[in-house]
Amino acid sequence: MSNPTLLKSSIGKKLLMSITGMFFVLFLLFHAAMNAVHIFSPEAYNEVCEFLGANWYALVGTSVIALGFIIHIAYGTILTIQNRKARGADRYDSEVRPASVEWASKNMFALGVIIFVGLILHLWMFWSKMQFAEIANIPLDAEIGASSYADGSSFIMYWFSKPWVVITYMVWLVAIWFHLTHGFWSMFQTMGLNNKTWMSRLRCLSDIIATIICVAFAAVIIAAFCMSL
Amino acid sequence: MEVQNLNLTLKVWRQKGPKEQGHFETYSLQNISPNSSFLEMMDVLNEQLINEGKEPVAFDHDCREGICGMCSMYINGEAHGPDDHVTTCQLHMRKFKDGDTITVEPWRSAGFPVIKDLIVDRSAFDKIMQAGGFVSVNTGGVPDGNAIPIPKPNADEAMDAASCIGCGACVATCKNGSAMLFVSAKVSQLALLPQGKVEAARRAKAMVAKMDELGFGNCTNTGACEAECPKGVSITNIARLNREFLCAKFVD
Repeated sequence: MSNPTLLKSSIGKKLLMSITGMFFVLFLLFHAAMNAVHIFSPEAYNEVCEFLGANWYALVGTSVIALGFIIHIAYGTILTIQNRKARGADRYDSEVRPASVEWASKNMFALGVIIFVGLILHLWMFWSKMQFAEIANIPLDAEIGASSYADGSSFIMYWFSKPWVVITYMVWLVAIWFHLTHGFWSMFQTMGLNNKTWMSRLRCLSDIIATIICVAFAAVIIAAFCMSL
Repeated sequence: MEVQNLNLTLKVWRQKGPKEQGHFETYSLQNISPNSSFLEMMDVLNEQLINEGKEPVAFDHDCREGICGMCSMYINGEAHGPDDHVTTCQLHMRKFKDGDTITVEPWRSAGFPVIKDLIVDRSAFDKIMQAGGFVSVNTGGVPDGNAIPIPKPNADEAMDAASCIGCGACVATCKNGSAMLFVSAKVSQLALLPQGKVEAARRAKAMVAKMDELGFGNCTNTGACEAECPKGVSITNIARLNREFLCAKFVD
């Protein structure tokens, strides 16, 4: 950033959260679309995996996504710590949550932690055995039975035949859904791109986008589980 | 008209001073008129305490008609109590039922330390105002009110923002102890008008910097402030503040 004091201000830090958040929404939309291909054609899905395998552009993309995650998590943590301090040591004896306040909006950090844990699991299940294994020269996991590092379909079929994986992913998707329903409109608000007319539109759009993303991911998982039965 | 008076149990936060440990005291009150205001009920309690030779409960109040922003109680888990768009002084006892237990707490936020009982120090708001919540004018003749044309929607929005009485319910309600609704209202009421536009960039930067410096939290757009604001100040003002601030910073 050209302005060093911007990132010291509360709004500057939040701007960084919203820019990285915006980036993740776009990433998730792409990821969900890419996964949805698997329902219709596992071969086509593998071609996408091949295209995004151990190539320099895919590696650059992965690095950018990783950097985005680090910024989003680091600033989210800094802001949460500051907010707890600003709230003070004394808590209210009784507190009422007004009906207009979304549950997700008050639990973004907790939801973020669940998403982060899910992400680690997800990276271990797929990325560490696919793109990472290929560049690090780690042999293919024989148990999964994939024909190559880019045989994403075999990975999907292997993992999502296990009920515990399906259930864990569903919990993860629910957390992502809640996080997105607040995060999506919230980033426009933080960037200052909101007013009385757009407030309800953006909130509605948040629910739509979060639902599209999560339903697409869930459909792939359920389809794979059903095929494995 | 026959009205049934209320018998109530009050659970009130008592704290001798800023550094002292506070605690809840329980009092029972008989025969409270449902037509009295919450503060009048507190007056009855204090009369009772004085007659018993005990120390009355210290609480802030001034105009008692909802415009000064002095009264500041957190009643049954809500700033200014269970009614919408009213201050504590405008809250009527008819909102409660006979036999109710009412919990009364001070604003709790690091930015508003407790002075005594239910009184908190809200001078942080004054400091934010001093940082930029004004319009600089040269003294001289009074300018003609209609000399500068102002679009009606802008005038209305500025007026809505200006309805903020600086009571601090937003900070008290916010889980992050953020003062963004207050600051955004003060920035908006001036940024929307041509007279305030001149200093808008400097104002947004100075007021946000002061707000951060005083240790108020970061807004996470929960909207709890808007829901509890006695004047219904909208969080779209926060979007405007973000806009004003970011534009000003990127121009630098």
